[in-house]
Amino acid sequence: MANIISDETIEYVGILAKLELSDAEKEQAKKDMGRMLDYIDKLGELDTEGVEPMSHVFPVQNVFREDVVTNSDTREQLLSNAPEQKDGMFMVPKTFD
Amino acid sequence: MSDMLHMTAVELAAAIRAGKTTAVEAAEAELARIEEKEKELNCYVTVDKERVMAQAKTVQKKIEDGELTGPLAGVPVAVKDNMCTEGLLTTCSSRILGNFVPTFTAEAVCNLEKAGAVILGKTNMDEFAMGSTTETSAYGVTKNPWNTEHVPGGSSGGSAAAVAAGECFYALGSDTGGSIRQPASFCGVVGMKPTYGTVSRYGLIAYGSSLDQIGPLAKDVTDCATVLEVIASHDKKDSTSVARQDTDFTRALTEDVKGMKIGIPRDYFGEGLNEEVKTAVLQAAKMLEEKGAIVEEFDLSLVDYAIPAYYTIAAAEASSNLERFDGIKYGYRTPEYEGLHNMYKKSRSEGFGEEVKRRIMLGSFVLSSGYYDAYYLKALKVKALIKKAFDEAFAKYDVILGPAAPTTAPKLGESLADPIQMYLGDIYTIAVNLAGLPGISLPCGKDSKGLPIGLQLIGDCFREKTLIQTAYTYEKARGAFL
Repeated sequence: MANIISDETIEYVGILAKLELSDAEKEQAKKDMGRMLDYIDKLGELDTEGVEPMSHVFPVQNVFREDVVTNSDTREQLLSNAPEQKDGMFMVPKTFD
Repeated sequence: MSDMLHMTAVELAAAIRAGKTTAVEAAEAELARIEEKEKELNCYVTVDKERVMAQAKTVQKKIEDGELTGPLAGVPVAVKDNMCTEGLLTTCSSRILGNFVPTFTAEAVCNLEKAGAVILGKTNMDEFAMGSTTETSAYGVTKNPWNTEHVPGGSSGGSAAAVAAGECFYALGSDTGGSIRQPASFCGVVGMKPTYGTVSRYGLIAYGSSLDQIGPLAKDVTDCATVLEVIASHDKKDSTSVARQDTDFTRALTEDVKGMKIGIPRDYFGEGLNEEVKTAVLQAAKMLEEKGAIVEEFDLSLVDYAIPAYYTIAAAEASSNLERFDGIKYGYRTPEYEGLHNMYKKSRSEGFGEEVKRRIMLGSFVLSSGYYDAYYLKALKVKALIKKAFDEAFAKYDVILGPAAPTTAPKLGESLADPIQMYLGDIYTIAVNLAGLPGISLPCGKDSKGLPIGLQLIGDCFREKTLIQTAYTYEKARGAFL
């Protein structure tokens, strides 16, 4: 295996991905990601010098519309999906003391 | 009308219009069928019987009042569980959305409802559409109606199996790397992924936004074209939606391939392709040749690079799209946590399944500083090369013909142990998404175990009609698929 994923890398990816992994999951993730990157490294065989990266197949840019409200007030329905709510607001854990 | 369930969607709508049956009877028949088959197959995550019957009654009244006259009015449909439906549970087959009730309906589903569709329920899928077998669902596996020891394919496995089992007249699926065409192939039904931008993605829970498209799964090519015509629309709520004038797809339902140039990529018939699949697909090509098509082999090139490019791009987009699941506005929140960040991390880790976490981590990595150029940008450049290869092919051919998948449906439990091996099963479908092209899969035979084999036809952007015409001609030549 060419790509060895270090403990630091998997820790860092866990922070980026906002995932908390157990030790066993971390070991599995290191293996899986290493294998996957070995496979993706195949792209390196292709010469892409001077090729423009293509994010979308059609060159659609700057799609604007008038900033007009078209939806109705669905506050109650929206809040009913929230794990916790209070006084018409989403409840979140305390973020500072 | 005891044989009603054997009708196609278009036939049923005609029977309802003619007063031979009603939308209410059709809905009742489907609910009875679902009751009978679900224990065995598990095609649906949610079926709300009261809602179904209420909608069927409303639709029937509108048909009788002459308000609904379209070719699908009154026909019951199943919708993949990644499309939002107002007031109806939408889980994406994930624990993290286990209690999510949308406040709006996806545009494609709205279009169906305006045409008089009766929504039977929400179909099972791979969690967040990540998988090829419908085994990564948090709500149990779906079984293949042709042989319940086998998978239905994925990720739209519930939709494909429901159509095959008569648990709906047609269904909507979504296709990011083959998720309509591959399960259609495994379940012996017709499935189509339209050109990117043809069907609005508004209300489709995003996986890989630059690749996702909604499309029909149906009993035959006529139903498929009819459904696509109804769901295609230019939608200002989806900034990638394309304004098209040529969405009268049913006009292409003609039996004629005389002079049609069909290219068979040699690279689609190499190592890894099952012999029985190969034989059936080439037999289908021969049939089209006999009908007057000009069939030639050619080298498409770059086929082996589509999968690594796809998984880089799809994982990158998924890692970004799935950041919204944070346990605050909707969805699952872990019961015990210490502070905000710990709540995020624990909710996500407990709410997402293994395959989803694997792709989020890979995506976060390929987008991270220091690796972005080497992986993500490289994949976008390869995508440009793949698009160019297709452009060159379509300069010579009207249609590209090949298999939808290298094998027929694998057995349950055989695929998930080796993710890369599973990803390789997408080899013939994935490049179509990268290039934004339309593709259709339709049954062209069965293997020695009696499992269906899918023929895939690929067209240039906006050439759905060419595909529909070719598929329709083949279907007529082939005869009924039983």
